[in-house]
Amino acid sequence: MIGVGKAKQYANVLDKPLSRGRQEVSLSAFAFLFSELVQYNQTQVDNIAELERRLEDAGYAVGARVLELLCHREKGNRRETRLLGILSFIHSTVWKVLFGKVADSLEKGTEHEDEYMISEKELLVNRFISVPKDMGAFNCGAFVAGIVRGVLENAGFPAVVTAHFVPIEGQQRPRTTILIKFAEEVLQREARFG
Amino acid sequence: MPPATGPKSGDALFASVDRVNAELFTLTYGAIVRQLLTDLEEVEEVNKQLDQMGYNIGTRLVDEFLAKSNVSRCVDFKETADVIAKLGFKMFLGVTATVTNWDAEGTSCSFVLEDNPLVDFVELPDTCQGLQYCNVLSGVIRGALEMVSMKTEVTWVRDMLRGDDAYEMRVKLTKQVPEEYPYKDDD
Repeated sequence: MIGVGKAKQYANVLDKPLSRGRQEVSLSAFAFLFSELVQYNQTQVDNIAELERRLEDAGYAVGARVLELLCHREKGNRRETRLLGILSFIHSTVWKVLFGKVADSLEKGTEHEDEYMISEKELLVNRFISVPKDMGAFNCGAFVAGIVRGVLENAGFPAVVTAHFVPIEGQQRPRTTILIKFAEEVLQREARFG
Repeated sequence: MPPATGPKSGDALFASVDRVNAELFTLTYGAIVRQLLTDLEEVEEVNKQLDQMGYNIGTRLVDEFLAKSNVSRCVDFKETADVIAKLGFKMFLGVTATVTNWDAEGTSCSFVLEDNPLVDFVELPDTCQGLQYCNVLSGVIRGALEMVSMKTEVTWVRDMLRGDDAYEMRVKLTKQVPEEYPYKDDD
């Protein structure tokens, strides 16, 4: 028949059923891909701060989507509106889906009211990464910091999020702490909520 | 001496490696593609970069594959293709491919993927219709095969993101490089 056969069917992504998120790929596949992300970004920058910012940007894109996905799938289209609610959503739900476990700890900063920390002994993205000496305090966890910022910001909690290595006594590898510093308006809003 | 064992089955192989949630993988890949589109602007350049990234991955990934799969030397390209489709794809992505459309010489064939973890949540906007979104995969195949002395050309012939009914990659063996010994470390 004339004209038949090449009629292409574009499947709308929203028409497809949402996956239940049980599918897995090998950790190596992810590690290889992540290493390419880091290597590519290294070619685009000339200092460490810039490299971390770019990894954070990449993570932010992931975080924004993860928030949308998980609010729909895990929370029945409800999203946390309180500070502690969203933090524990990240620490438990987001971490569990992305990294297969809840984060090792979620703590409030002792010196500043607006700071919170999520710590992980061995962050998944850092598992196969060793940072060369000349790159100083560079932490690939910047990608995860970006994910956290992506979730927070899109849920209405703007914050500055950074990743840091923190040495643990008696351990060769330091743990990674994701430091969250909320914008002033977030704390003011929380205070009004009481 | 370790007991002589044959190659593992694809399922056993996938079960034996550490795994992560496919959504983290999918979204991270998406973030990479978006970054490339922003930086490079030209879709053609993005295709090239994705292929290059895949190639880099392939050259490293093949070592892990050979170390963990217990696969012995393949007698011909046909066997190689089967191993990639049933074990290679499975070990890393948890899916298998079908090998079809062999040419008469047995030097080119197609991998058809029904499940493709790279493309969940993806839709190509009108401005990116020329984008070979999965180019990283073809790069991986090319890179991995080059490390086992096979030069190949890998192209996409069907892509569901462009409205086709499956993902199909055409792999063409262009040259089998004889192994040379002794290897030199310094070049």
